[in-house]
Amino acid sequence: MDKIYLDHGATTPLHPEVLEAMKPYLTDLFGNPSSLHAFGREVRKGLEEAREKVAAAIGAEPREIVFTSGGTESDNLAIRGAARAGQKRGNHIITSAVEHHAVLDTCLALREEGFEVTVLPVDAHGMVSLQEVEAAITDKTILISIMLANNEVGTIQPVAEIGKMARAREIIFHTDAVQAIGNLPVNVQDLSCDLLAISAHKHYGPKGVGALYVRKGTRLKVFNFGGSQERKMRPGTENVPSIIGMGCAIELAVQGMDKKVPKIIKLRDKLLGGLLKIGHVRLNGHPTERLPGNVNVSVQYVEGESLILSLDLKGIAASSGSACTSGSLDPSHVLLAMGLDHQMAHGSLRLTLGVGNTEEEIDYVLAVVPEIVARLRSMSSVYAGQRRE
Amino acid sequence: MYTEKVMEHFSNPRNVGEIADADGVGEVGNMKCGDIMRIYIKVNEQDVIEDVKFRTFGCGAAIATSSVVTEMVRGKTIDEALAVTNRQVAEELGGLPENKMHCSNLAADALHKAIAAYRNKKDQT
Repeated sequence: MDKIYLDHGATTPLHPEVLEAMKPYLTDLFGNPSSLHAFGREVRKGLEEAREKVAAAIGAEPREIVFTSGGTESDNLAIRGAARAGQKRGNHIITSAVEHHAVLDTCLALREEGFEVTVLPVDAHGMVSLQEVEAAITDKTILISIMLANNEVGTIQPVAEIGKMARAREIIFHTDAVQAIGNLPVNVQDLSCDLLAISAHKHYGPKGVGALYVRKGTRLKVFNFGGSQERKMRPGTENVPSIIGMGCAIELAVQGMDKKVPKIIKLRDKLLGGLLKIGHVRLNGHPTERLPGNVNVSVQYVEGESLILSLDLKGIAASSGSACTSGSLDPSHVLLAMGLDHQMAHGSLRLTLGVGNTEEEIDYVLAVVPEIVARLRSMSSVYAGQRRE
Repeated sequence: MYTEKVMEHFSNPRNVGEIADADGVGEVGNMKCGDIMRIYIKVNEQDVIEDVKFRTFGCGAAIATSSVVTEMVRGKTIDEALAVTNRQVAEELGGLPENKMHCSNLAADALHKAIAAYRNKKDQT
């Protein structure tokens, strides 16, 4: 079997139509979209069409879309921008313990700068509690940031309800929707959000480009200065080819959802079922409120990086929440926040399916993983006593 | 990221297992970091390591360093084994990435702990 890619949560391949859409802007259509002449105008036209596509994909107006370099920049702009803009009204920010570092670390940096930051705990499935969000709100709260779907364990948060809560109290609500686009319906009206972050390379678009939805009337204190691109919210000559790619990708991703999602769910559930059969393997994240393509399990008695390496030797790409794969000494903060002990956190395996995966590939993975697990368990210093002779 | 030698030891680790009547057992590491290595040695009257085995919970580098350290000391004397350093373990593998060097420390430490246990046992008999 050829190489099998099961790490769509990390990044996705370019959709062929996206590549075609980008090509002219890498060759003939090279003008600066801010130029008044024909070279600039025709590129500007393409750029604004891409903006319309992104807006349409999430139920927003084109003027509410700011192009950025990706999800991380969008999250930073949203959180720092909203916090600084709201400082006169209050200084309290609410977020969750399972946010991506782009959100969590930005909030923690604001804490260093004097903001009060409440990091809400999550339950064993990685879900925040609406009651706890409500209880955390004070009259000094100016921003709530809760991600729509978790990148590690796939858990989908009750974002629409949180949005309603925030809207009723006129608190700015930001959601990181990076992993959600193309996997579940994302509509900024339904979510009642003021800020929403997306990233093209998670939905078959190019890397290095993303967008931030900024609801009309939402003030952000900007911290990058330069030209007047993106209504001065994100100055700098636009990454045109990538933005064009993003527009095309997001349109395709949303259009294809109804057909693709059920197929991916079927493969995901087959994969998960097979992995659980191995024994001493448990699912991480919510059993039903989870991303269609996300399988995250903890394989007891075994460490995650050694699992990933073994899979790689068999041509299968996956990821893990173990410390060894993150370059830090701590395993995934998401898994620890969910109450996993260190062994289970280090022993986590994340397989994220995409539109290109087939049943044959899943069957191959299921044939290969049990042997890998058995081998690593036979070597493991913590498996003694459970071995079968 | 990993050298060929590391991958070779990872794919075909030497001396995996336990020694039921070991003369010394050394365990290092902790679950917080995600590495736990245990080394067993059997030593004869000439102070030569006749048999050596390991069990490890850990990443590719952890498994490879455990494997190579047992290979390095099989048939050597206790004193020769004590002289094995973490740098030598890493060198034997053709080098380790910066953030994995601590695995070589663990392997050398586990071995030395096993030797210390053997010496303790010997002093008591």
